[in-house]
Amino acid sequence: MPEQIIILNSAAIQRALVRIAHEIAERNESGVEVVLVGIQRGGVPLARRLANLLEGIWNHPIPAGSLDVSMHRDDLDRRVAPNVHPTVIPFDVTGKTVVLVDDVLFSGRTIRAAMDALNDFGRPIRIQLAALIDRGHRELPIKADFVGKNVPTATGDDVAVRLSDEGNADDVVLLETKQ
Amino acid sequence: MSWHRKDLLDIESLTAEEIVTVLDTARAFKAVGERAIKKVPALRGKTVVNLFVEPSTRTRISFELAEQRLSADIINFTAEASSLKKGETLKDTARNLEALNADFIVIRHSASGAPHFLSRVLSASVVNAGDGAHEHPTQALLDAFTIRERKGRIEGLNITILGDILYSRVARSNIWALTKLGAKVTLCGPSTLVPRVFEQMGCRVTYNLEEAIRDADIINLLRIQHERQRKSMFPSLNEYASLFGLTKQRMELTKPDALIMHPGPINRGVEIDSEIADCERSVILEQVTNGLAIRMAVLFLVNGGKGVQELGL
Repeated sequence: MPEQIIILNSAAIQRALVRIAHEIAERNESGVEVVLVGIQRGGVPLARRLANLLEGIWNHPIPAGSLDVSMHRDDLDRRVAPNVHPTVIPFDVTGKTVVLVDDVLFSGRTIRAAMDALNDFGRPIRIQLAALIDRGHRELPIKADFVGKNVPTATGDDVAVRLSDEGNADDVVLLETKQ
Repeated sequence: MSWHRKDLLDIESLTAEEIVTVLDTARAFKAVGERAIKKVPALRGKTVVNLFVEPSTRTRISFELAEQRLSADIINFTAEASSLKKGETLKDTARNLEALNADFIVIRHSASGAPHFLSRVLSASVVNAGDGAHEHPTQALLDAFTIRERKGRIEGLNITILGDILYSRVARSNIWALTKLGAKVTLCGPSTLVPRVFEQMGCRVTYNLEEAIRDADIINLLRIQHERQRKSMFPSLNEYASLFGLTKQRMELTKPDALIMHPGPINRGVEIDSEIADCERSVILEQVTNGLAIRMAVLFLVNGGKGVQELGL
């Protein structure tokens, strides 16, 4: 059995999201409209929560969508075809600041695919990246603008972000592989 | 994830879970077709050969568009303009195509089992686009997709397939798919075209049209396959139309929410009245739209299955 270490509990996740929401607000005071796009699947509930928090800061609703990047992955011929989840972006991204939201930032390949996928929906004026966990081991020149927590990991480890519907039983665990 | 196959040869060998995987994947690809940019790079750099030894228009066009929307490179190959006319065997033709590094072969052939044969001699992925009177798996998948989308489920529905069952690969694939997914399938048509032996596939056979359509949630009409009938199986088309054609009067016997399906091409005035083909309960054109999504999903899934098999994962 791999060893389980709790990295963040519910309260810590909530604090991290509140901080990220404030950082997003701080970085985007210019008046350009901000929209959130969560990457399927882990990023989608986080984008929704961040949108709620930002609504509290800016006093107007912030649109949040979901993006599936399976069709844009670079490893499609070296793995079983991934489950494809719905992409729902019910707003125009052209001219907006899009904040991509993901749960765990690892190799960066998902983010590259997400930027490609987003291109098919329009031309955002800028794209920013928010990740709840940055676990390192980047394989591409990609960096998050907003990070909940940096977690040093070994490549074989697994980081699981487990979110409940009500937000009261969330946690993030590190599953370490024994050498 | 439940798709590990490099080929799609038939429905008979698929599990219900694999069928559902295709339907779920197709839902996402249908959404791609509704965007301003309808193309994704999933098969970029891959080569697909459409090997249509038997003539086909709608299935070939649907596959071709699906391949283009997945960014694949395409070679179209028809029997009329090929070396098959010069006496080359199917195996040699296919191996020549593979020597050009084709990754996928989509085959339509008048001989049942032709795709299975190719899959044994080639390492390329083989997708069956209809083989003789055997199977037409993507048609059954798109029919199942359309039913599930409209009715929200397939399990427990009464589905009647009406017409030329004996010579229909669409019927065979549909029976496999729908019974695996838990539908109650009834077959109806002239007794020469609907032999009782089909009961062994787990469906009901009746020659009483009114009884067949009265409780149906779905009525799937099939065309008379003149090209496959060696002898006359019924006296005349007029007689077929009067005994088994879906007319306005017969529509009144059906449930008010029963849907009318047809794999096309439709013969207005034979198996279906013109008015009914165009009525709001007809989903014939939705089937065409959904076929594109299903074929994109199938190519996407077999691509993953092929990669995994090659890498030995």
